[in-house]
Amino acid sequence: MLASDRRLGYALVAPTVIVLVVITGYPLAYNLWNSFHHYVVTSGQPATFNGLANYARLFHGQSFLPALENTAGFTVVSVVLETAIGLALALALNRPFRGRGAVRAAVFIPWAVPTVVSGMLWKSMFDPQQGFVNYVLRVLHLPGGHVTWLANTGTAWGAILVADAWRNTPFMAILLLAGLQVIPSEIYEAARIDGATAWQSFRRITLPMLKPALMVALIFRTLSAFLIYDVVYAMTSGGPGSSTDVLSYLDWRAFLVQSDFGYGGAVAVFLIIVCLAIAAAYVRAFRVETVR
Amino acid sequence: MANVSLERITKIYNNDFEAVHQIDLEIADGEFMVLVGPSGCGKTTVLRMVAGLEEITSGILRIGDRVVNNLSPKDRDIAMVFQNYALYPHMTVGENIGFGLKMRKLGKDEIQRKVRDATAILGLDDWIDRKPGQLSGGQRQRVAMGRAIVRDPSVFLMDEPLSNLDAKLRVHMRAEVSRIQRRLGAPTMYVTHDQTEAMTMGDRVAVLLSGNVQQCDAPQNLYDHPDNLFVAAFIGSPSMNLYEAHFADDGTRLLLGSQSLSLPERIRAARPGLAAYSGRKIIIGLRPEHLPLAGPVDDQVLCGDVDLVEALGSELLVHFTIDAQRVRAEAADEEEEDQFAGRGAGVARVDPRLPIKPGDAVRFAVDVDRMQFFDPATTKAIWA
Repeated sequence: MLASDRRLGYALVAPTVIVLVVITGYPLAYNLWNSFHHYVVTSGQPATFNGLANYARLFHGQSFLPALENTAGFTVVSVVLETAIGLALALALNRPFRGRGAVRAAVFIPWAVPTVVSGMLWKSMFDPQQGFVNYVLRVLHLPGGHVTWLANTGTAWGAILVADAWRNTPFMAILLLAGLQVIPSEIYEAARIDGATAWQSFRRITLPMLKPALMVALIFRTLSAFLIYDVVYAMTSGGPGSSTDVLSYLDWRAFLVQSDFGYGGAVAVFLIIVCLAIAAAYVRAFRVETVR
Repeated sequence: MANVSLERITKIYNNDFEAVHQIDLEIADGEFMVLVGPSGCGKTTVLRMVAGLEEITSGILRIGDRVVNNLSPKDRDIAMVFQNYALYPHMTVGENIGFGLKMRKLGKDEIQRKVRDATAILGLDDWIDRKPGQLSGGQRQRVAMGRAIVRDPSVFLMDEPLSNLDAKLRVHMRAEVSRIQRRLGAPTMYVTHDQTEAMTMGDRVAVLLSGNVQQCDAPQNLYDHPDNLFVAAFIGSPSMNLYEAHFADDGTRLLLGSQSLSLPERIRAARPGLAAYSGRKIIIGLRPEHLPLAGPVDDQVLCGDVDLVEALGSELLVHFTIDAQRVRAEAADEEEEDQFAGRGAGVARVDPRLPIKPGDAVRFAVDVDRMQFFDPATTKAIWA
């Protein structure tokens, strides 16, 4: 490559790099700086360096570890659930049937609903008196018609999972459907002639060939599940008590309720590190298989 | 090993389109049967019905003595090579070839032995641990063959297996596929749109058009004795020259535009059917090689103007025009048809050392004994 070509190349990417540094790099650096300082904005005091004290508070305070446990549990359960249902949906929608286009569009509608709106929607659906869920259960004489879903720890988590799955499973399905569509039908025909049953061709053809799409979908879903905030905020505000508290909600309170930019910054740094670790772990787990 | 028999096999799709119409075919044990025809003629549909990938609307399909209409592909004891190879991209060459055996629950050692045998036959030994993405087109083609032969099936089905290869490799693989088929001895149905492949590979060739078998015969018979205009035009490259002619009232002369040819008594005697066309239109066919340059003593002569000369080394293709009306056979090789689609275009295959140039006026000697005749209405050949 000529030196002038190289200079032109740098010049062409420079605007993007500058924008990225300004809008991503600066807040990240500022947040990192905060996390090493005692800095409560509303106190009027300037930030003072306090080393790792904010990070120590994470692990010695009362709210962080339970919220971490909740977040991790929710992430695992919701990702497994949404992946399984999303894959089933994608497989169904990949088969030819009359009206497939309309059904596909309908399935993806929940994903177009803003998360806070879907949270509010499900909150009202789970309302013990006026809610749709209890109404249906009562009409069908099923157990649970009088449960106050959002007032008990276990059922509140159940309700959050339902709302989250309703909103996000279509996203999983879209990505997996796209992955399914690039698998040529001839390959399935070859497998049929080779004697593979439906299960064997799913297990030996579909799943391995779906891996790239599955990886992308899992990274997206896992990260956004780990950062869950709006559904919890809308439905339970972390309650009852702090039984449905999660890390992003806790961080939101640190920043905006307590104005504690030091502690909030430490929580945010922790979230960022975990997210990077999750993404790296997925890429590593899938890499060997996706090399062609 | 077994023969394959198709009895009045029909395919009608949900939208009422009849892709295949009551086809009868018998493929003997060990026979290499080529199905050839233009796009949309139903050849691939026939193959897919035999494979079990497409439901048979009506008719009876037998492999050996078994009626297999309602058997799933895996129970038909067939193997198929797909046009795009349909290799499993996430598996190695060895795993690709062994997949069918694994699905049939053979032991690891046996699978390995059979895969080794197959890769040895196909010269794939050094590639056994590669993935398809790391192979060339020709190698992938071999893997697809390997996947078919490793199971030692009763029947081979091949759907345009060579169409994705470059020209030179295609010629090479043509011979290779024939060699492997002969070695394994299983009856083979081979679909192609390439009449050269059909001619060179098939023990017999079935020419299809619009879901019907036009003619099924040995390649040389198809070439020498086509049953109808379509087969005449489809088989052979360059195509047969087909012209509309007018039979003189006394049945002894053929008028082609402003020129005429006389029809000797021996031809009229051999084909009494021609008498019925006296005073009427008839279609005549002349293969390019039956139009050598005329010498001074030749009397059966057609004069043409040379448009283009293609020197192929072993032969010279002379594209010419005469003032007779050229006949286009339905769905014959369209590219070739369109290239010189002008009125009265034709091709002659002559000695490559003749100094013929575009613009020359040339006299071709017509080998009237090799001339073929077709009914303009039915397009059927007139042999008797």
